[in-house]
Amino acid sequence: MTQHEGGPAPSRRALLGWGGAGLALGAAAAGGAAAVARTNDDPNSTASSAVEFHGAHQAGIATPVQDRLHFAAFDVTTEDRGEFAAMLKEWTAAARRMTAGKPVGDGAFGGLAEAPPDDTGEALGLRPSRLTLTIGFGPSLFGKFGLAGKRPEALVDLPRFPGDNLDKSRTGGDLCVQACSDDPQVAVHAIRNLARIGFGKAAIRWSQLGFGKTSSTTPGAQTPRNLMGFKDGTRNIAGTETDRLKKFVWAAAADGGANSAWMSGGSYLVARRIRMNIETWDRASLQEQEDVFGRDKGVGAPVGKSKEHDAPFLKAMKPDAHVRLAHPESNDGATILRRGYSFTDGTDGLGRLDAGLFFLAYQRDVRKGFLPLQRRLSASDALNEYIQHVGSAVFAIPPGVRDKDDWWGRTLLTEEG
Amino acid sequence: MGAIACAATALSISGCTQKDKGGDNAIQVTAADTTCDTSAKSVSAGQVTLKIENKGSKATEVEIVFPDDRIVSEKENIGPGTKYTLTAEVKAGSYEIACRPGMKGHGVRRKLEVSGGSTAKRDPRLDKAVAAYRQYAQDQADETVPRAETFAEAIKSGDLEAAKKAYAPSRVGWERTEPVAESFGDIDPKTDTRADGLEAGQKWTGWHRLEKALWQDKKIGSDEKTLADQLVTDLKDWQRRVGKAEITPTSMANGAKELLDEVATGKVTGEEDRYSHTDLVDFNGNVEGAQKAYELLKPAASKNDPALAKELDKQFAALDALLDKYRTTKGATDFVSYDKVTKGQRKELSDAVNALAEPLSKLAAAVVK
Repeated sequence: MTQHEGGPAPSRRALLGWGGAGLALGAAAAGGAAAVARTNDDPNSTASSAVEFHGAHQAGIATPVQDRLHFAAFDVTTEDRGEFAAMLKEWTAAARRMTAGKPVGDGAFGGLAEAPPDDTGEALGLRPSRLTLTIGFGPSLFGKFGLAGKRPEALVDLPRFPGDNLDKSRTGGDLCVQACSDDPQVAVHAIRNLARIGFGKAAIRWSQLGFGKTSSTTPGAQTPRNLMGFKDGTRNIAGTETDRLKKFVWAAAADGGANSAWMSGGSYLVARRIRMNIETWDRASLQEQEDVFGRDKGVGAPVGKSKEHDAPFLKAMKPDAHVRLAHPESNDGATILRRGYSFTDGTDGLGRLDAGLFFLAYQRDVRKGFLPLQRRLSASDALNEYIQHVGSAVFAIPPGVRDKDDWWGRTLLTEEG
Repeated sequence: MGAIACAATALSISGCTQKDKGGDNAIQVTAADTTCDTSAKSVSAGQVTLKIENKGSKATEVEIVFPDDRIVSEKENIGPGTKYTLTAEVKAGSYEIACRPGMKGHGVRRKLEVSGGSTAKRDPRLDKAVAAYRQYAQDQADETVPRAETFAEAIKSGDLEAAKKAYAPSRVGWERTEPVAESFGDIDPKTDTRADGLEAGQKWTGWHRLEKALWQDKKIGSDEKTLADQLVTDLKDWQRRVGKAEITPTSMANGAKELLDEVATGKVTGEEDRYSHTDLVDFNGNVEGAQKAYELLKPAASKNDPALAKELDKQFAALDALLDKYRTTKGATDFVSYDKVTKGQRKELSDAVNALAEPLSKLAAAVVK
């Protein structure tokens, strides 16, 4: 990692093929390389490159999905709006540097011997690893700083769904930062340094580490498997599908009601920690497992079809099959962009693997995306026997940071709306 | 070679130093109950000899001290009517000779200039801060010993309830100045070690061993009575040595941060006083000690980094206000039992500690800038 000033090298830009709107047009190639990132030590590989921080949309949504996640939800502890804005500016500056593969502030060494270094140092020498940092604002934030008039209607409080067993210490938050990277140390470093800058202004409420992306935003890339061993989310929106992104993911000025002009170009995120009953699942027969999903376990083809990407014939599946219930056709076209990760947090004290899916869904309007989908799934999904939703949060994801003078939250905190 | 010629040449010549003894660098010190007369205000660097006579009515202590009050050399317990010769190697600089009748307090001070060789540059503002902090550390030790004696007496008389009551107060002074006590290396392992901190073969002594006897085993045996006496002896050792502790402006600033680290790792988790659950008393002591160090360094720090000083003022106030919620009596050092503090409340306390400790970690740099 170099410490000189300046943006990402033009060659990296070209490699990623960024369009003016900040979409990854050359995503297929980038995604293909990412699949082998863990074993690829070639410093010229795309896995080592930086993802552009600036753009109309925040990186980390439609940009190619990286291998690792550190997601953190924060409570805002300051009551001073100016101080909150100053922290967001400081966060933006740090995020701008870290996503470019540079250390925070004056770096991790070489400064005053008596002072702790600005950067914690564990990412020194590591490549940018396609780090993306994506910020979001939770419903509870709009009760603070006189922001009530800016809460978008599309940012709904999620109802309690049947079967939910939500743990308060893994639920909610005024702010979130999603750090995705091909190197877990780079993602952890990013959250750690933001948390440090935030002390006294924002405190981590909960966080989640994730590995093994369970969905892909790059067409052509193999759909990764979840911890149940199945390919899920084959029909996910790709970063190249400009029309579907516009229709289902990017918020428009008037979407969320009169209060949401500031959200134009943003999105809404639902995060759910879904615990899997791994041991009982593993004892289920192959037939049952395949019936539950509505796919075969080998190639991932929908029931009655032979290839993973074959269009599913929903009526051939059991009425409570997961794919059938989650499919847009069963939900008046409701479509979300999934960006989930598997997680394993050791064992739970009863000898059971504390593992599952950290589900991340982006959508243009929560009322038209996650809400109808989850209503249907929580009511009748066959998978419910093997999973439990234990954490939940929803966030408004503001538009991208335009340039070096812009900052996270500017449209929320400064513009009329 | 005469003494005068010697003073003008390099003092590393050993013959010179020998001849100096009792010559040029000897100072008569006549101590009494309210006076401290010295025969010279300046000497040359090297071996300095104090010829002390106590003409007062009580035992006295005579010291040569640095501008920050650290003791260069001292003689305690010089009885009325007795004499003593104190010899010390002293480098160039400004010092004071202190007579402390009754061996207590600031004492009567006389200036002493030592010249020759190189003189280290000193910042009088920081010397003042260190001297005041040393005094604070001494006061805390002086106040702790009688409280520890009360605690020990209760144990020796087999009074379980009185001993429990005296436990937490006996720790306050120690907790306020823990980094100074810990700097001696050998006292802390004897007085403040927890069961899990013991090394192989180390006998468990001190406060937490007694805490376990009182709260968990609920009995006082002959071992506990011996350990109670031992605790008092070890704390008196600390009390005696505070004056010689190496304290600098940066060690004060880092000490303040370390006190918050103590809170963050041991108190906020409830590990420190796991049997008595008096963690918040220690917590408060750590914060008070950190605040004292900060207040003394603030004149220097706020000049170099006003924003940092403002932030520290704010975060100390916020943590104090949060601790107030848990005081059983307003303004007192009695706190609710830590096992009654919920997980959510502990998180809130932890957040407030982080909010203070992060800017506090920048204090040392601000002081030396």
